[in-house]
Parts: sequence; structure tokens; C-alpha cells
Amino acid sequence: MAEGTNTQSPWDYSDAPDSTHVDIAKKYQLYIGGKFVSPKSRSWFATTNPANEQKLADIASAGKADVNIAVLAAKRALPSWSKLSGCERGKYLFAIARRIQERAREFAILETMDGGKPIKESRDVDIPLAAQHFFYHAGWADKLEYAFPGRAVKPVGVCGQIIPWNFPLLMAAWKLAPALACGNTCVLKPAETTSLTALRLAEVFEEVGLPPGVVNIVTGAGETGAAIVNHPNIQKVAFTGSTEVGKLIMSQTAGSGKSLTLELGGKSANIIFADAAIDQAIEGIVSGIYFNQGHVCCAGSRLFVEEPILDTVIRKLKHRLKSLRVGDPLDKNTDVGAINSKAQLKTIQHYIDVGEDEGATYHSCQTERLPSKGHWCHPCFFTDVQPSHTIAREEIFGPVLSVMSFRTPEEALMRANNTPYGLAAGVWTEKGAKIFDIARQLDAGVIWCNTYNKFDASSPFGGVKESGFGREGGMQGLRPYVKLQGAMS
Amino acid sequence: MRRTVAKTYKLYIGGKFPRTESGRSTIVKNKRGEIEAHICQASRKDVRDAVEAASKATSQWASITAYLRGQILYRMAEMLEGRREEFVSAIQVTGNATAAQARKEVDAATDCLVRFAGWTDKISHILGSSNPVAGPYYNFTVPQAQGVVGVIAPQSPSLLGLIAMIGAPLATGNTVVALGSHLHPLPSAILGEVCHTSDVPSGVVNILTSTKKELLEHFATHRNIHSLYASDVTKPERTLIEEGASDSLKRVSYLHIQKDAWYDQNQTASPWNLEHFIEMKTIWHPSSSH
Amino acid sequence: MLPSVDSVMLEQRAQSFAKRSIKNESKMQGLRLVLSMIDLTTLEGKDSAEKVKSLCKKAVHLYEGELAEPLPHVAAVCVYPSLVKVAKKALEGSGVNVASVATGFPSGQYPIDVRIGDVKKAVSAGADEIDMVINRGAFLAGNYKKVKDEIARVKNSCGNAHLKIILETGELETYDHVRFASDLAIEAATEAGKISDGEVFIKTSTGKVSPAATLPVTLVMLEAIRDFYDATGVRIGMKPAGGIKTAKQALHYLVMVKETLGDEWLSPHLFRFGASSLANDVLRQIVKQTTGHYPAGYDFSEA
Repeated sequence: MAEGTNTQSPWDYSDAPDSTHVDIAKKYQLYIGGKFVSPKSRSWFATTNPANEQKLADIASAGKADVNIAVLAAKRALPSWSKLSGCERGKYLFAIARRIQERAREFAILETMDGGKPIKESRDVDIPLAAQHFFYHAGWADKLEYAFPGRAVKPVGVCGQIIPWNFPLLMAAWKLAPALACGNTCVLKPAETTSLTALRLAEVFEEVGLPPGVVNIVTGAGETGAAIVNHPNIQKVAFTGSTEVGKLIMSQTAGSGKSLTLELGGKSANIIFADAAIDQAIEGIVSGIYFNQGHVCCAGSRLFVEEPILDTVIRKLKHRLKSLRVGDPLDKNTDVGAINSKAQLKTIQHYIDVGEDEGATYHSCQTERLPSKGHWCHPCFFTDVQPSHTIAREEIFGPVLSVMSFRTPEEALMRANNTPYGLAAGVWTEKGAKIFDIARQLDAGVIWCNTYNKFDASSPFGGVKESGFGREGGMQGLRPYVKLQGAMS
Repeated sequence: MRRTVAKTYKLYIGGKFPRTESGRSTIVKNKRGEIEAHICQASRKDVRDAVEAASKATSQWASITAYLRGQILYRMAEMLEGRREEFVSAIQVTGNATAAQARKEVDAATDCLVRFAGWTDKISHILGSSNPVAGPYYNFTVPQAQGVVGVIAPQSPSLLGLIAMIGAPLATGNTVVALGSHLHPLPSAILGEVCHTSDVPSGVVNILTSTKKELLEHFATHRNIHSLYASDVTKPERTLIEEGASDSLKRVSYLHIQKDAWYDQNQTASPWNLEHFIEMKTIWHPSSSH
Repeated sequence: MLPSVDSVMLEQRAQSFAKRSIKNESKMQGLRLVLSMIDLTTLEGKDSAEKVKSLCKKAVHLYEGELAEPLPHVAAVCVYPSLVKVAKKALEGSGVNVASVATGFPSGQYPIDVRIGDVKKAVSAGADEIDMVINRGAFLAGNYKKVKDEIARVKNSCGNAHLKIILETGELETYDHVRFASDLAIEAATEAGKISDGEVFIKTSTGKVSPAATLPVTLVMLEAIRDFYDATGVRIGMKPAGGIKTAKQALHYLVMVKETLGDEWLSPHLFRFGASSLANDVLRQIVKQTTGHYPAGYDFSEA
């Protein structure tokens, strides 16, 4: 045979960093009533790049008074915005979608710098989906009566929307697009570690001439959120975040008449039957748990494998983990980026320690080259996991997978459903009848059959049980943002 | 003069008619002040037993075909119609309704049930969807039952209100633990017998008679009640319900309508009433023949 | 249980390799590797001895211009059996192998004895490698035993020549077929006795049927190779052929091989490209990268 080339070391990829040429201001004010304004609280906090721990900017911390101004601005904007014809409202949303697409690269880089997610994901997933969300809902604005047969459709009013740090711009889009399409006005609070893209979205609102007060963005931490939730002029609260806080919000708003949608935590099961297409199932496992560093509420963090293929799946998973590239999120070849914050890294590390203490076996991908600064976690999985183990029960929100086995479909279902959560689930089998029956019996709002972690503006997303209630996306996702009135004539 | 044999109405739990675990009963007097019947006054433990029975019945009731569920609800309507006069009298015992008004209520309740019977296999047409996602996937959203639904029925109309409020969760495949009218308890007490003689599987409908004051908190906080449907609740009661519900993120919905509106099926039995008792499940599957 | 393949996820995975950004040093190193893996191919009815000689010259000296670091030679020259002798002579002592298609290439629609004779003649004419076609008719009819027996007979007729088994994936159409045919071919070629690493390749296409090699089809075959390696420790080679025309495409394949099979397979010993025009595009990129400007088409010989 031909002799091999004498390449010194195995062929590998050179660094492929994306540029960091986006303008980041030193300070970011609150966006209220169509203007950027300084916070009455006079308080600011720093946002940092989790991949190198460098400060990116100071962000205004909205106090109670600031939230009050924002809510009143939204209240003032409500009558004219809600009376605008659906067609006109829609055109604003179409324009927003377009501008996000046009500024996609800038949004992607900013999202990656502020949040730590790989540029590949912000570029190919977060930003395009955010644009799609506005585009999709734009088209609903003048067609709402067809979505709710027999009823007159009215907006709910002023919506307080609190979003998490895992998909900052995308979650802003999930919250704002349907609310605006239905004629509501909004006060949005981004998560404190990831405010930058939401604030850049405010620039887009200015560019398209969205009327002042229709969307107000108040940055801050939990107290800012609480001020929104408890404000008497908020008619609707939409929250995405932890189950713990979701319960608190429900309890705090009890009896207030505020309508509520909660998209909370998860501990989603991913079930692999022996008759699955195994190599693709491995891809589903990997994208299920390592996508966005596992900072995904619907992450497939509990893997159930039919016993005859358990060893094969573990072998293939180990092999696959070796090709995951962990590191600089701005590098186009990075698969797993930085953990969003020091606090989150600590949480994840704690669970890994508990996993080992409780007797599970740790496996990781042995990537040598992690940057010295920043928050990093090796993607990993545990075997020898018992269903009673902490790592198999609690949401970790990191790249940590628990691998368990089962013998019969009934056992798989029983174990998959034995959790207070019910956000999503995956099931892998090439047998059609089985897949639909399992999908029917899984207690979860989203079932991915022979795929995982797929999202689309037209596809409703949301959970059952303690994963919350309400749907986002699709026709059903409009429901939380409308009041239905009147009887059929 | 012959002494009438006053009946003691029991609870309806898990397809059986137990006396209350608490051993208490209350006297139902008619408008002339005479003792008409005795009614069991259910306690927290009866709620517990009823929820247990309802939980056991959820999987079967949700997984039978919608067609069959429709037929069973229709059978219930048939039985209601058959006992029309009995219900007319029951409504009149404690209420001020004339015979004509009571008849109107029973007829409306029967018709309401018929409407729900027809909804079982249509609701997914109205509220479900197939979703045109931007990728090679077949994606659809189907309504599924929530599980056990707690119902706090209005004081009046006692029969029609109860039927309207259990019909919606039943039609969508949920099992029900209902608290009937306290002021006018006879119709709800008799309804258990209707269920029992229809083909409603044991545990699918459970009916308790007691006071809101005693049981509301337990309905709100029981973690195995997945959804609560209440009528006639005050603001403090709403607060109690929602605070209690927050612990397990129980779904809470209300049917606050004017008295006449109970006769308007469009307000009690529309898709937007049924919608409260379903969870939208979205299913993705790749689509390709290669 | 037959292994099955989910095409949507497979294609997404295959596409993910194409998203790797290969720049600078990595690109240069990769392109040289690509050159060394090429089976420079001519399989035309009008092929002549002159054309084959010219191709062989190119196989050894890919570029006439000056480059600081000399280029590797390609792995093999691939011709019809009648031209094996010409190629063998032209390549003598060069280190470039002679590969010959055989077994009634490209259709395989000949009696098995004729196909075996084809192989034996090519081997005796000096072919170092035999590129055979499987009996797709029998495969699609479900006559797997026949397909397998024929492959085994061809393998036995190869002597010391290495064997590449062409599945003609464009005719098999589905990924399930590709996977099953891969397993069948590997099993057939290895069951007679222990083989050495790279002694047997599986190959996508003849180049005469469209679609030829694609990333997802190749990925299915790589996964079959990996599973066989995991089970036996024996390394089967892989050769995508047809349709790989640009340097960029070729780098995507390298990425896929690296991440699916590992660095071991990044060698002409275990991975080949069957291509005729790929070499020139790779050369163009290397020259551009080295000299800083794009060369003209006539700077490279045509073959």
C-alpha cells in the first residue's frame, strides 16, 4: 500500500476564533417608555464574560421605583397598541424579525460573550430561532380570531415577563413575540448574568419605531423580578426559571387575579430501546444533555437504556465524548462552552461530588485543554446510578448525565414518569407503534421521538406537573396572552 | 300517620357508597322544616380516599377511546333523564325553585351532559394541531388529560352547576373528585347513584358532600389533585386555593358566571371550558424515507 | 436484529462535520493529507495508454512549480484492468499503487466466473488493489447470501492485492441498505481468515451513478467500520468515491473520519478518496495558501 505521509502529530483543527468586534458600551441603562434611562435606584452591577471572567459592562439595577415607572409606561402604551389593527401590529413584528436577521452576527457574538455558549449554537440556534419567533407571531397578529373559534379576543394587558440566562435573546423572543402579537404591552426582565442581547433588542425596537412603552426592559436580579410580579398594574406574569421560584411566584400572586404562565425546571427522561437506531440515538443523547452546556430546562438528563444495549451505548457514548471540543465559546469549533456563572459551576460541581459520594461512577471526556480562566466543566456522565440517587432526581442544569437501564417498556415508563417534573422526554425506537404508545404515556409536555432538543416557533413548548403550565410557541402559545370574551353569535 | 323512612345519603367514592370516615352527618330539612334526609358530611380523610380512588382510575379513563368515553357520558345522560322527576323533587327540597324551574334545570343538566358526551372525540380537532415546523419532522400537538381534577361546585344551581363542572374534566379524560352544593346537597348526593348505574368506571367520578370551609384547603393542597375547578369562591378563598395549589403547581381555574349563564352551554361547555383540563402534548418525529 | 439508521439525525450529524472551521496550519496539513489519500482515477471508455501514463506522472509529481515543502504523491492510480500493465510500468518504484476496477465494473452484471476471471487477470497484470462492485441486483432482491458468497470468492481471488468493495450506494438508496451492505461486505471479506488493517476497504460508489459519495452515506459506512473494529480489533478502510470535487469537501471528510474513527484512520493506509478532479482543487488551494495568490487553471495538468 502507499506509505503514509509523515505527519508529525495527528491532524487537528487550528484555533478558529470569531471576531469580538461588537460595540459594547461601558454602561447600560434601563429601557423604559422608548428611552434609555438611568435607574432611580442609582445602582449598577457588572456583567462578565464567563469564559474569561472579564467585565463586559455595567448594567443598571432596576429598583421598585424603576419597575413602577416601567409598568406605568407599559400601561400608558396599552390602549393605543391594543387598538392598533392586527395587520399593523404584525408589521412591527415582521420588521423586528428582519432586523434580528440582519444583525444576527452581532447578536450571536454578544450572546456568546455574555453567556458563554458556543458561537456555533448562538449563530445556528439561538439567534435564528429568535428571529423566527418574531416572524411567526407577526403573522398571527391579524388572525387571532381564527385561533379561538367562537370568541372575541382581547389582550390580557400589561405583561411582566421574567426570563432566564440560558437562552437570553431566544427567551426574550418567546415571551415578547406572542404578547405583542396579541396586543399586550410588556415589562421584560432579563436574567442578571445575561442582559446584553435583550438591551440590544431594545435598539432594534427603536430602529423599527416600536411605539414607546410597548416593551420596557428592566435589568436586575431577583428583587427586580419580585417588584414586577407584585406590581398591582401587572395583569399577567410569565416566568421561565426554577421550579422553586415558580412556586413562590404562584404563592405570591395567589388571589390577585393575575394570570400566570410558568416554564420551570425539568429532569427529562431519554429512553433508548434496543431496537433504536443506536448511532443516531447517541447523537440524541449528546445533544440532549451537552447542548448549551446542559443549561437547558428540557435537557435529557436521565438516560434510560434497554439492558441488552447498555454496554454498547456506554461504549459509544464514551467514544463520542472524546470528540466534543470544550473551550473558548467564540471558537467556531467549540462544542461545549463556558458554564454561565461561578455560582452555577459550583452547583454543578456539588452534584458531581454528590454523585460520586452516593456511589455512582463518573466518566468524562478527558479533554486536556481547558482555559485557565473562566468557568468550565467537563461534559460527563454517571453509570451505576440508582433512581434514588440525588443526581437522578434533582435538576443539575449542567453537562451531567445519569445513565440507568430498564428491561421492559412498562419499567421504562414507570421510571421515566417517577419525578415531580414533566417538561420533556425522548424516546428512541424504530418501531412505530411502540414509539407512539410510549409518547402517549410519558408525562411531559414535549416528546421528542428519535430526536431531541428541537425547537420551532410553530411548535408549542411547555411542561406538565411541577415543570409549570402554559405553552410557548404555536397556536396554543397564544392562549396565555389573550382574554376570551363573548359568546358565539 | 305513617312515619316516613328518611334516607341517609352517603358519599360516592371509588364506585362505592361509604359513610363518611368522620362518622358525621347533617340533617336536610325541607321548606316546611321537616327532616327530609340525612347527608354525610365528608372530612379530610374522605377527600384522601376519593383522591386515591380517582388516581387509580385515571389511566383507564384517559386511555379508553374517546368514542367510548362519549358513550359512557351519554349513558349517564340517559340515566339522568330516566330519573328526571326524582331530581326535580331533590332540587325543590331545599331550593325555592318551582316545579317548572326545577324541571328546566334537570333538563339543562341532561342536555349539558349530552353536549360533553359529544365533545370527547372532537376536542382535539379544535384545540390540537399539526405544526409546520421548519425541518424534516412530523410535529403535532394533542390534548391529554391532566389526571385528577377537584371540582368545587356552585351552591346553586346545584345539579346543573355540578354537571357542568364535572362534565368538562370528564369529557377530556380526567377523573373527578367533586364537592357538591352544601346548601342544596340532595341532587349531588343522588348523582352518585346515576353514575353508579351508568357505565362510569369506579373511581372516575367521586362525589362528596360537606362544607367548603372544611374541605377547600384540602382540595387546594392535596398534591395528587392535579387541577382544581371552582365556582362561587370569594377572594380569600381564591387566595387560599392558589397558595395551596402553588406547592405542587396545581392548575387552577374558575367558572364565575351569572346565574342564568349556567343555562348557556356556550359558557359552560365550550372548548374554552374543556381547555382548562388538558395538557398540550407536542410530539416530534423525523420524517424521511431514506 | 438488523442495525437501522435514522436518516434525519444521521444527516444532521454529517452536516455538523461540515461546520468545523479548518483554517491556517490545519488547512495546509489537511490538504496535504488529502492529496496523499487520493486514488487518482480515470475510468472512461476512451481511456488510452497515453492518458494513463500522463496520469501516473501526475500521481508522482502533482505540481511542477516550486514549493518550500514537497508535496506527497497520491495513494494510487485507479484504472480499468486493460490498462493495469501500463500503469504498473509507469509507477514502478514510485510508491504509488496501481488499483484496478474489476468484477465487471461498473454494473457487475456478468456471470460470476467472468467477474472472478476479471479479478485474477487484473491481479496477474500487477494490480496492488482491486476495486470490486457488489451484486446490487441480488442485494435489492434480498438474496444476501449470494452477495456475500460472491464477495468472499472475489476476496479469495485477490492474492496479495488489497480489496475495495464498492456498494454503489446510489443504487441501494436507503441508509439502512447502506449499513446492511457494509456489514455484509465486511463480514464476507473477513470470514475466510484474519486480515490485516487496510487489507479490505469498503467504498461508496463507482462514480457512474448519481448520487455518489455523500457525507451521510460515508458516515453510515464509517460507523459500520467502527463497530467492526470495536468487535474484532481489525481496521477496515474506507473510500468515498465520486462527487468529491473540492478541497473544502475533502476536508469535511477528514473531519468526519477523525471524529468517527479516530486519528488512526487519517492515513492512506485506511482512507482514500476516489476522485479525478479533486487533486487539482487541492493543489490550487495549497498554491494559493503558499504563494498568496490564486493560480490559473493551466498551471496544473488536466488529468
